[in-house]
Amino acid sequence: MRHIKTLFEGAFKPGAESCLGGCGECPSSCQSACKTSCTVANQKCEKIGAHLKVRAKKSN
Amino acid sequence: MVHKYRLNGFNVVLDVNSGSVHLVDEVVYDLLSYLSAADFCQSFEEIELGKLRDVRGAADLRSAYFEILSLWRAGLLFSEAFGVSEADLEEKLSGSPIKSMCLNVAHDCNLRCRYCFASTGDFGAGRKLMNLEVAKSAVDFLLERSGSRHNLEVDFFGGEPLLNFPVVKETVLYARSLEKDKDKKFRFTLTTNGLLLDDYIINFINDEMDNVVLSIDGRKFVNDEMRFDAAGFGSYESIVPKFQKLVSHRSGKDYYVRGTFTKKNLDFSKDVLHLYSLGFDQISIEPVVSDLSNPFAITESDMADVENEYENLMNKMIVMRKKGKCFNFFHFMFDFGNGPCITKRMKGCGCGNEYIAVTPDGEIFPCHQFVGTKEWSMGNVVKKSFNDGLRREFIKANIFSNEGCADCWAKFFCSGGCSANHFKFNGDIRKPYGLACRLQKKRIECAIFLNLVGKLGSAIG
Ligand code: SF4
Ligand code: SF4
Ligand code: SF4
Repeated sequence: MRHIKTLFEGAFKPGAESCLGGCGECPSSCQSACKTSCTVANQKCEKIGAHLKVRAKKSN
Repeated sequence: MVHKYRLNGFNVVLDVNSGSVHLVDEVVYDLLSYLSAADFCQSFEEIELGKLRDVRGAADLRSAYFEILSLWRAGLLFSEAFGVSEADLEEKLSGSPIKSMCLNVAHDCNLRCRYCFASTGDFGAGRKLMNLEVAKSAVDFLLERSGSRHNLEVDFFGGEPLLNFPVVKETVLYARSLEKDKDKKFRFTLTTNGLLLDDYIINFINDEMDNVVLSIDGRKFVNDEMRFDAAGFGSYESIVPKFQKLVSHRSGKDYYVRGTFTKKNLDFSKDVLHLYSLGFDQISIEPVVSDLSNPFAITESDMADVENEYENLMNKMIVMRKKGKCFNFFHFMFDFGNGPCITKRMKGCGCGNEYIAVTPDGEIFPCHQFVGTKEWSMGNVVKKSFNDGLRREFIKANIFSNEGCADCWAKFFCSGGCSANHFKFNGDIRKPYGLACRLQKKRIECAIFLNLVGKLGSAIG
């Protein structure tokens, strides 16, 4: 494509069978982290084992 | 729904429902302002594009349009909403057990931080420590209410939980003694201001706590301006070596150094970098939650500065990453491919439903930030009482019914925001606080961009 470069193909496809998910095994609020706000973006999903927090490489 | 924004000279487009992200040129960027999914049923010539047809060349517009059309067909642009209704979500959530608990083991503190939402430790209700019986009742309550959930979170909080370390320790031992029998896994977190850390406690924390949150605001003068003891002495000098020691023995387990920024340090990217220079690589700095009348409160007039500062921080991180200097900033972290499921994205916070906070007397509140707000008292772990009616109120706080969330492009990253903030500023757990939303959106835009840098490498940085 000349005008558009797609960088991420979304994970969510409407109608996918596993659409709702929600096994409830991951942390349920901001409680184990910042304690002042909620953002799911940084939450790990336990089910797919995705570990969103890649431990930062130590610099020299 | 589509959200587009410009950052560092790039045009970024987020397809809200699918979560796809595209970089687009100026023609597409302009064209997107005129399009909606309904337009794809008519021919290109019929679509109302106003002045755009005069401004942009016909051939260019046409080829841009057909690229957009092909992405629509692939479900990557103007994609459909999920076939999940509010009723589906509520039905799912109403079956949720309680799986997380904040134990306020000490309503007392050895610091007198200016911005403390716990009224310098006692939540406005007198200084008090939780006794072991109450703590054990809380663990029992959690076990009884946790249904089929395997992972149970218990957070030691206060006030300053280390003022009651013997009870923290005994509670951990008690919960661990029940894990096997009940087929549960406890995951403990402790939040501390650091003053009472010694080698024994550091070892205990590193052995038993799955996560530890270390409170420090950044540069010494920033920290000590807000975080000081009853005699007025700032905490910085005492805590930094203790935190460094703790983290160096953490063996890869989770931790955060976590600070607050206020009107007094709107240049908080410097505090983030200062914390990195001290050897910390998991960093969270958050806007203060405070009555707007406080001199350090972040108000409407600060918004542009804070937004710029998030961008500033993002750009500093891009430069540092190129030099191999990497750290995580909590609110810029996410992964497009492997994020949470739809349920989580429609309601991120389990406050008052899956998560509760417990006071030294055993009284239950929806979360740590509601503690002491009498109208939200939900019961008592010692008396084994729990108000299911209030619980339903929190189930209804989700992206469908919170005011403005359904039409918000950030909804699947924000997931409806913080009920405690909504209540504090608007008196309603389902009415988001505008300034918090504005900052949330800015952070998400920056986080998406940081991810793009990873994906595109130097081309975008
Ligand atoms: S672990 Fe994954 S699937 Fe389960 S509730 Fe959390 S995000 Fe959803
Ligand atoms: S940013 Fe505000 S309006 Fe948007 S989803 Fe979050 S709380 Fe709702
Ligand atoms: S209501 Fe806010 S403070 Fe309370 S648990 Fe949820 S996100 Fe955290």
